[in-house]
Amino acid sequence: MKIAVLTKAIPSYESSIRVDSSGSWIDESIVNYVVNESDSYALEEALQIKESLGEGSEVVVVTLGSEANTSKVIKDGLAKGADRGIFIKNESSTTDPLTVAKIFADNLKSENFDLILSGLQSDDMGSGQTGVLIGELLEMSTATLAIETQVEGDKIKVKRELESGWFQWVTLPFPASISIQSGINEPRYPSLKGIMGAKRKELNTLESSSESQKQSFVNLYVPKNEKVTEKIEGDADTIVAKLMDILKNKLKVI
Amino acid sequence: MVLVVLENQRGKIHPFSLEAVAAGQKFANELNCDLTILCIGEKVDELKSQAQNFKASKLILAKNDLIDMYSADGYSKVLSDVISELSPKYVLVGHSYMVRDFLPRVSAKLSIPFVSDIISVDFNSGNPHFSKQVFNAKLATSIEISSDQALLSFQSAAFSSDDIEEGAPGSVEEFNVQLSDSDIKSNSEPEFQESSSGVDLTAAELILSVGRGIESEDNLPTMQSLADAMGAEVASSRPVVDMGWLPPYRQVGSSGQVVSPKLYFSCGVSGAIQHVVGMKGSKNILAINKDEDAPIFEIADYAVIGDVLEIVPKLTEEINNSK
Repeated sequence: MKIAVLTKAIPSYESSIRVDSSGSWIDESIVNYVVNESDSYALEEALQIKESLGEGSEVVVVTLGSEANTSKVIKDGLAKGADRGIFIKNESSTTDPLTVAKIFADNLKSENFDLILSGLQSDDMGSGQTGVLIGELLEMSTATLAIETQVEGDKIKVKRELESGWFQWVTLPFPASISIQSGINEPRYPSLKGIMGAKRKELNTLESSSESQKQSFVNLYVPKNEKVTEKIEGDADTIVAKLMDILKNKLKVI
Repeated sequence: MVLVVLENQRGKIHPFSLEAVAAGQKFANELNCDLTILCIGEKVDELKSQAQNFKASKLILAKNDLIDMYSADGYSKVLSDVISELSPKYVLVGHSYMVRDFLPRVSAKLSIPFVSDIISVDFNSGNPHFSKQVFNAKLATSIEISSDQALLSFQSAAFSSDDIEEGAPGSVEEFNVQLSDSDIKSNSEPEFQESSSGVDLTAAELILSVGRGIESEDNLPTMQSLADAMGAEVASSRPVVDMGWLPPYRQVGSSGQVVSPKLYFSCGVSGAIQHVVGMKGSKNILAINKDEDAPIFEIADYAVIGDVLEIVPKLTEEINNSK
């Protein structure tokens, strides 16, 4: 089975995010890029499926973005056990999910993947559409928010998470594109051997086709605080004294 | 024309769909156009009985045995056919898990942009811009469309179902659904609920919520002690559950429970969108986080900038001493 895993480089949680001088993108120079969290669960799921099927399966880690931000993402995937990598170079900050999906689909079509796994959403744009869009563009079956997968011959059974504690099993024929919910497995760490071996693995660099965007950012801004927020600062003792006053006298909860 | 698509959540209109109806009426007013409401799939008549109380130009029913059970294949095909026939300018839905599952398929089929998880709309004299949160809610963006049509999904509370104008649709019509067995490639089984522990966070007056800022599972007893001292239920954000520190039924957010306690006391929770939608209705929000830029502070009444692991034990001791 040929499995693609879509991974994305996103700013780490700890990175400070500042709007750049253009007003419609962030200052990337002060940002540390890491693998999008749910994508690492998708990679682990792909590796486990490959391992359960034995010889003859392949996991390909795929990413799109600028060279500077994404190189770590591909290396990380190869070090964890992906067999090869595909890097789709795109130096412009494309934010339209459909445009992103068309670039992926154009570049991945000839690979004829049986299965494409992706994280449920990227923690930067948060659109949560890419995996499903690609599935439709490549005429694959689709499912989202998978929290368990079982390959059964020419089909894959997926346990989907619904809202407020409900679930549903869906069985899809291959080829299928499935988005993975975080928490589905325990992502592995790369071994030293994996890290060393990653350098010898195949990495194809492809140019992204130029697609026009049908939705675009007018501007980026720091959200306005909707509430009147009382800031509580100081050393721990000062803070605790203030909290006691609030809990006891204002909120009357203790 | 704007089209609102209703979702059936176990016999009732999904609460997010009600908010989409309020959005649809607002769009129709602002853009001076017709509003059509579509009832699709599972037990259309259940939806119809509630939807015929909403003021709208038209109510359309899309019925077919093959979509009695939800499937992305069936729903995306039917909605695409409806859009092709009616050519709505905007298609409005709530940002539910079902919408996330099938609406991108419609976007790709018809090459219509889909702006998801919108928090507000600026009608901008007829050329609306749509705001959404990005970069883990640290920033927001305003999005413009360069296309004749767009699909829009709204985050919960972007519009209020209290604003729905009651009335009746101008007409009720059935849509001629064209589906065959070969259109449905997947096989969906009935929805089910996994056994929970009986902890009903929605009924709790006081909630102490922990996020990845507590750093380690070893610090949970410290947090539990504060919860005990206050008489609060412990809840958490998704990462804490994913790491196995707390069971899933303790989770608050889009994939967990939606709560509105008297006090939501959050410790080391960053405030990602998926968490915030589950607790922003709390009457009071007190947040401790050492990151001054943490998005949780945007919605907090009390923002404590400090080290949760230093503050919590001292606070617990003070509370216990004061009893």
